[in-house]
Amino acid sequence: MAKIIVVTSGKGGVGKTTSSAAIGTGLALAGKKTVIVDFDIGLRNLDLIMGCERRVVYDFVNVINGEANLKQTLIKDKRVDNLFILPASQTRDKDALTKEGVERVLNELSAEFDFIICDSPAGIESGAMMALYFADEAVVVTNPEVSSVRDSDRILGMLSSKSRRAEQGLEGIKEHLLLTRYNPERVLKGEMLSVEDVKEILAIELVGVIPESQAVLNASNSGQPVILDEESDAGQAYLDTVKRLLGEAVPFRFLTVEKKGFIKRLFGG
Amino acid sequence: MSEHSLELKGSLFPLSVLHCSDLSISSLQSLLTAKLAQAPAFFYQAPIVINLQDNDSNPDFIALKQLFTELKLVLVGVTGANAAQKVAAQQAGLAVLQAGKSNTAKAVEPAPQSTTPERSAPAQVVVQHQAMDSKIVEQNVRSGQQIYAKGADLIIKGAVGAGAEVIADGNIHIYGSLRGKAIAGASGDSSKRIYCYNMQAELVSIAGNYWLSHSLQGEFWGKPACIRWQGESLVISELV
Repeated sequence: MAKIIVVTSGKGGVGKTTSSAAIGTGLALAGKKTVIVDFDIGLRNLDLIMGCERRVVYDFVNVINGEANLKQTLIKDKRVDNLFILPASQTRDKDALTKEGVERVLNELSAEFDFIICDSPAGIESGAMMALYFADEAVVVTNPEVSSVRDSDRILGMLSSKSRRAEQGLEGIKEHLLLTRYNPERVLKGEMLSVEDVKEILAIELVGVIPESQAVLNASNSGQPVILDEESDAGQAYLDTVKRLLGEAVPFRFLTVEKKGFIKRLFGG
Repeated sequence: MSEHSLELKGSLFPLSVLHCSDLSISSLQSLLTAKLAQAPAFFYQAPIVINLQDNDSNPDFIALKQLFTELKLVLVGVTGANAAQKVAAQQAGLAVLQAGKSNTAKAVEPAPQSTTPERSAPAQVVVQHQAMDSKIVEQNVRSGQQIYAKGADLIIKGAVGAGAEVIADGNIHIYGSLRGKAIAGASGDSSKRIYCYNMQAELVSIAGNYWLSHSLQGEFWGKPACIRWQGESLVISELV
């Protein structure tokens, strides 16, 4: 049985797809057979971030409608073993997903994989609900600013009331907070909420803090999950995050302002 | 495309039941207007059922319906109706509902005890002192969630997030931070209070009298506090 993890946020543009790609890739690097499912029907992005946009033949909706099977549809990553992508349909809308259809596909994937990462669309409508409904765990991606925090709070409410686990009275979804675009310098200036502020408001366990980094944009544009860029701070922070998801205790990094060395100060960092 | 299917399922919904001996339009209008003024937002478009149990008259249901619409209420149906009332109500397009187990147990006044107890009288008069219920929420109340404790106190162990609403006919106790809205004494009881461990509320209200966040941002902001109604205004004070 696979563990189903939804990557969600409520708010758009906070880094759900980047995080789904990084976490999925990280789990595969750790030897876990992983599939990342793009639930953002109509606004397909995961394929771009994963750099497999030219290899999409069939999609999630085709599988649900029985027009293709999983074997034909899953795209195997060329860089990392054990990693597969189930792309969204770009020509349909969120209503193309039915609860029964999604359940059937997830059951089928569950038999074969260790982890299923559900990349949720933004919002709290049917698409996002469908992505979180079957989850065992949730990674709530939050930026350190008030509107993102409020939307995350809203999604946390949904996770505890609208999921299958909630409806069947099972143990609740395990919730993890992933803080992205964190900039310690701006926190120091009071322009950004601190890790402590966000933790205090959302009151869930912190699984990772990803620093704001040029590497993320570069990675997205080149179709390389940022976690493969092991030199970058963001890549390292995602590697730590994956270790914590797998139960390892790893100290948090990149939370404080880095002291700039003499050379860096001279030439700009 | 998802399939459109039809389903008819039984469900239970909370409805407000109106008990009133005089159902003439003019008297009801003034009584209801006064009642609604206590908590205007709370009854806005509330579904109402009229209880006719103690009423043998045949009220003009069409006019009643009109009155309810004007007062921004939704008259759904009647309960406890006799045969003639049932027909009239149905003709006016109202539902005839069968009352479930009544929770408005008729208040039986204990007979005043005479100084010389009568031998034939039943030995005891049972007076039930029913403790007011309380509704307990163990987790955080998240943004967008709404919790209502009908006829009860509301106790929340976690925090109430910004954009969340907690409402009780009784008192409200919050052991975490209050960042959303808290509405105590929602059915008009101004003796009810709000207690919270960390006051950062968007709104607090007691029996329809409310304060917005800016009125709270003084000495007690971010601190334990109690809100109550005193004299003619809300009062905030320390918790202990």
